[in-house]
Amino acid sequence: MDQKFTFLSKIDREPSNLIKGLQLVQASEGFVSDEAILAVAEYFNIPPVEVEGVLSFYAQFKRVKPGKYKIAVCDGTACHIKGSALVQEWMRQELGIKSGETAPDGVFSLETVACLGCCSLAPVMSINGRVYGKLDRKKMVKILKEYASK
Amino acid sequence: MSDRAVKLFRVGVASCGIAAGAEAVMEMLKARAGSIPVVGVGCLGHCYAEPMVEAVLNSGESVLFRDVQATEADMDNLLAVGPNKRFEIPPERKSRELIKVLALAGRIDPTDFDAYVANGGYEGLKRALSMTPEQVVDEVKLSGLRGRGGGGFPTGNKWGFLAAKKADNKILICNADEGDPGAFMDRSLMESVPHQVLEGMLIAAYATGAARLFIYCRAEYPLAIKHLNLAIDQIRTHRLNVVNGRELDIIIKEGAGAFVCGEETALIASLEGKRGTPRFRPPFPTDSGFQGHPTMINNVETFGNVPLILREGGAEYAKIGTAGSKGTKLFALAGDLKYPGLVEVPMGITLGEIVFEIGGADREKVKAVQTGGPSGGCIPVELFDTPVDYDSLRALGAIMGSGGMIVIGKDRCMVETARYFLDFTHRESCGKCTFCRVGMTRMYETLERIVNGQGEESDLDFLADLGPKIRMGSLCGLGQTAPNPVLATLRYYRHEYEEHVRDHHCRALQCNALVDLELEQDKCIKCKMCIRTCPVGAISDDFVIDPDKCTRCNSCLDACPKQAVRRVPKRKK
Repeated sequence: MDQKFTFLSKIDREPSNLIKGLQLVQASEGFVSDEAILAVAEYFNIPPVEVEGVLSFYAQFKRVKPGKYKIAVCDGTACHIKGSALVQEWMRQELGIKSGETAPDGVFSLETVACLGCCSLAPVMSINGRVYGKLDRKKMVKILKEYASK
Repeated sequence: MSDRAVKLFRVGVASCGIAAGAEAVMEMLKARAGSIPVVGVGCLGHCYAEPMVEAVLNSGESVLFRDVQATEADMDNLLAVGPNKRFEIPPERKSRELIKVLALAGRIDPTDFDAYVANGGYEGLKRALSMTPEQVVDEVKLSGLRGRGGGGFPTGNKWGFLAAKKADNKILICNADEGDPGAFMDRSLMESVPHQVLEGMLIAAYATGAARLFIYCRAEYPLAIKHLNLAIDQIRTHRLNVVNGRELDIIIKEGAGAFVCGEETALIASLEGKRGTPRFRPPFPTDSGFQGHPTMINNVETFGNVPLILREGGAEYAKIGTAGSKGTKLFALAGDLKYPGLVEVPMGITLGEIVFEIGGADREKVKAVQTGGPSGGCIPVELFDTPVDYDSLRALGAIMGSGGMIVIGKDRCMVETARYFLDFTHRESCGKCTFCRVGMTRMYETLERIVNGQGEESDLDFLADLGPKIRMGSLCGLGQTAPNPVLATLRYYRHEYEEHVRDHHCRALQCNALVDLELEQDKCIKCKMCIRTCPVGAISDDFVIDPDKCTRCNSCLDACPKQAVRRVPKRKK
């Protein structure tokens, strides 16, 4: 097995631990790669397709490597009303990526989340956990530029 | 020492307190309080007033403070038991609530085993162990306790089914996959009194002969998982997990983000490491569940009630409530009301008492209440005399549900409310049953069209026809209840649907496609606040809003100091 995934041996090889195994992979790598699927399949002695079947069922698992800066655009009720769809559209125009994607240079990745709990600041986004509120296009572009030049 | 001196501070550090900044408050208070103990406790139940601090005086009197911040001024105020930021529990709430299950929430440190024991903890288990398992099952039957996860199946009967099985490896599962948006009863209970949930599970294990215990908890509840893990270590240290001479295994399994896993057969599949899809019943889990072993699943709140029943006796417990629904119920109150939060009320209390008296909602402004989250239905204000029990709510097309209760104000559109819930459920369908997978998507698309002003009259009959078919054609609780928000709003608010499709009119002025923003020139003082806040540059220099550019985001409406901007029905072109 790939050296990277030896931490799997912390858990029993029982099939009921498959989700736990995938959670360990994601905690360590930030996502579940093709090679991780093969390693997990080998460890539990089940076909890779079964591993992929299970992981694609659960919203928690990501198949794309997240960017250096993880952008989460909130689409909770308050942000939705305040135009979060527009924020998504501006992101697409600025970065060329949609929700669930990572830019080819690996700097930014984009996802949509249900609620960041800052409804009074809508529309909001967070970058690596830091929340930015009351977004308009100008403000959003400025924030992205700051991160890109870091 | 004087009676007015502070003996002890309690700081609410459950998840909502932490989100409001309670950890910094606690740290600062600890540094300032000197020899006065500062204890981090669980949920105090008043979400709108977080972070909350309670000062217990030498006289035994308790003084509550709200919205406390980590500032010197606030600390001075706390230490002096000063007059600022005082909090009084609203008297109507105090008189209507009946705190039993949550008695220790917000009173003790959730990580302190001795504090739980000192307050009657594990006495229920002790009493259970002095009885035969059959007697314990009978006690729970006598209490009339019904499943608190939403289904309302008599708990004692379920225990009886598992107890009757002759098998070595019986499984007990605590369902902590609380997934309804807006529901947080189980989270609060696990975070605030984890031992109470575990005590309930140990009693159940003794009564049913279960050997392996699982807690299936959603991964989004890290604090609950942390407190439960600590508590499990503590009961191992105190050997409380040794029941009938057998050492019981208690394992926490984290879910991975799938609403359907709250359904018991889907939960079992997920626990086995598979896709969380439900399956046919029978066989019922008590016959064949986790890896084929007889399995019983109870909800967190159900287990939380069990220690009380054993401590005070089933007959005493059954004195509270109605003929068919016994004990108390936790509700997470949210939406258009003054006091959102976690409340505990006796079964049989009316909806009006909860919404108006405990929640402090404005009688003039409430339209309906949604019980049971996305699986439930709305109940119009005209029916608020209905007692809250399993059977009365079901008769109205709603359900008790797990305890989410969302108050809907008159300025909310019922079609949009139904669309909002279906947006959630249609995406959470696991895809196994065609009626749920395709039918819910079709219902959702139809509602989208209606709120966008593109609906037709035939859409209403289509929705009314499809809903019951989805109910019949779905295996599990998700599909069987997912059409409820639509069917209930169609039943009580058909006129709102009709206005949307016939007149392209939303009386609540909520559906953006049917609304324009208008700037009244008479009221305008030309301050340009609106122009500056508009995210899309839709307002011209002479203060006219361009309806084609405007996204109806209300930023200008909120920014205007003169209330010159208002929402109006869309002008016909």
